[in-house]
Amino acid sequence: MDPATEPIKAVKLRHPVRTAFAVVIVLLVALFVWDAATREAYQWPLVGQYLLDRRISQAAGVTLALTVLAMILAIVMGLVLAVMRLSDNPVLKAVSWFYLWLFRGTPVYVQLVFWGLLGTIYRSVTIGIPFTSVEFFTVSPFSAIDLFWLAVLGLAFNEAAYMAEIVRGGILSVPRGQDEAARALGMSWRQTMLRIVVPQSMRVIIPPTGNEVISMLKTTSLVTALGFSLELYARTRAISAQIYATVPLLIVASIWYLLVTSILMVGQYYLERYYGRGVAPQRAPENDPDVADAAGVDPTTGLSGDEIEAVAPPKREHQ
Amino acid sequence: MTDVPMVHADHIVKSYGSHQVLKDVSVTVNRGEVACLIGPSGSGKSTFLRCINHLESINGGRLSVDGELMGYRQRGEKLYEMSPAEVSRQRADIGMVFQSFNLFPHMTVLENIIEAPTQVKGIKKAAAVATAMELLDRVGLAHKAKAYPSHLSGGQQQRVAIARALAMSPKLMLFDEPTSALDPELVGEVLDVMKGLARSGMTMIVVTHEIGFAREVGDSLFFMDGGVIVESGDPREVLTSPKHERTQSFLSKVL
Repeated sequence: MDPATEPIKAVKLRHPVRTAFAVVIVLLVALFVWDAATREAYQWPLVGQYLLDRRISQAAGVTLALTVLAMILAIVMGLVLAVMRLSDNPVLKAVSWFYLWLFRGTPVYVQLVFWGLLGTIYRSVTIGIPFTSVEFFTVSPFSAIDLFWLAVLGLAFNEAAYMAEIVRGGILSVPRGQDEAARALGMSWRQTMLRIVVPQSMRVIIPPTGNEVISMLKTTSLVTALGFSLELYARTRAISAQIYATVPLLIVASIWYLLVTSILMVGQYYLERYYGRGVAPQRAPENDPDVADAAGVDPTTGLSGDEIEAVAPPKREHQ
Repeated sequence: MTDVPMVHADHIVKSYGSHQVLKDVSVTVNRGEVACLIGPSGSGKSTFLRCINHLESINGGRLSVDGELMGYRQRGEKLYEMSPAEVSRQRADIGMVFQSFNLFPHMTVLENIIEAPTQVKGIKKAAAVATAMELLDRVGLAHKAKAYPSHLSGGQQQRVAIARALAMSPKLMLFDEPTSALDPELVGEVLDVMKGLARSGMTMIVVTHEIGFAREVGDSLFFMDGGVIVESGDPREVLTSPKHERTQSFLSKVL
């Protein structure tokens, strides 16, 4: 081999401090695990017994259903609110602003208590002409709604305010030239939004939305505030009250929450990959020699896919 | 109808707040003509181009394309604002090519081209694809139909952008510095496509720094500076013997 292109053979730089830290951490973790395994208070046999209890796995299913349904509704509402906020119509702008002010400005727990009380506050609603005796019909709007759906609504209405801001950030991240190009082609505002701007904003919207989904999974544990008690946390609390064992059932609940979170993270990975098409670094089509130098550079921003990932808004917790 | 000019801009004024970008610009471009707009940056030439398809609204004057006022309807002495749908319908007949290409990055080349014909004009997908493939062939990129824009060079992207605009069968094409963002060795391929288009009889307004292009294919040349047309006429005359001092000093810098 030509000596100039021969790979370098060198002694690797050593990191003694790094190695020492790793040893200490491994030792500490081992100590903690050994202690936990033998400590009476954890009551591991009970954890094993209740981990696959039917009531608990069903409750985990209810929690997942609450999460998914509330998020779907919140994403749709958030999209509408964000588009309203960015529209030229001052009425829509104001409505969207007020919604955000109200639902971001009050704790989700307080909101859920209110949702639970709606049936008491609006026992009956009469539709008629004000200040006259004309009445068309009277309904009890909230008595008919199942507690499960009330919980979905309560969670979704709060979350929509946060989703609106995430969607708005995503829409604003799409270069102006995209909007201009679409309008110059004669596309309407609606077509431009739905077919050009929103699909491109998904790349920026999805990472923080994944964060919101995981956050929502945990927020579902608050819906006892409106009287719904069939989700994971309330169920495990109820069982632990029956058998006078708190810690093992908390561990059971934690394991289930972690399991569901892990499943959701896998889903997020595939969604991000789908919406990254055309921008994220991809394998160039084969037998295509003249793409090499242009591959992966976004013409509108001049950034490569990697750089775009890097400037996406940081993930955040809002609770 | 044929003696109606394709673009008739009459004393156009455009300002952003108190800043007047266009001060009394009058331009007439006839059917089948290639008009070139040159001038220093900030002279208002791009803004004027964007007023033609009503991406920017004008504050004064009258602008009509093919005999139809852009963005307004005149009844007697009064002007009425058009609805967004009517403005979109007007824009659909005017192609525009941007400095930064502005291809839709989440769509393949083919999807970029058939998007407006299928969505705006309601053309059947199969027919739109057939037209798109013809246009891609014309700009020499039929083999790239399935590629995403990010896999193309700048020159290829701009050729796709031209094909995308042509897919709407426009009666007028606007070019906003189409080669300014390109590496020097890629400028030629885009200019060649534009020359072919000019030869086919398309009415074109081209904002450009390519003096050679203006000299070769331009039917008329407008030199803009400070929001006014300083000098205009036959490109070969204006470029070889500019009458105005500002034109002379600009040309001495770019030639």
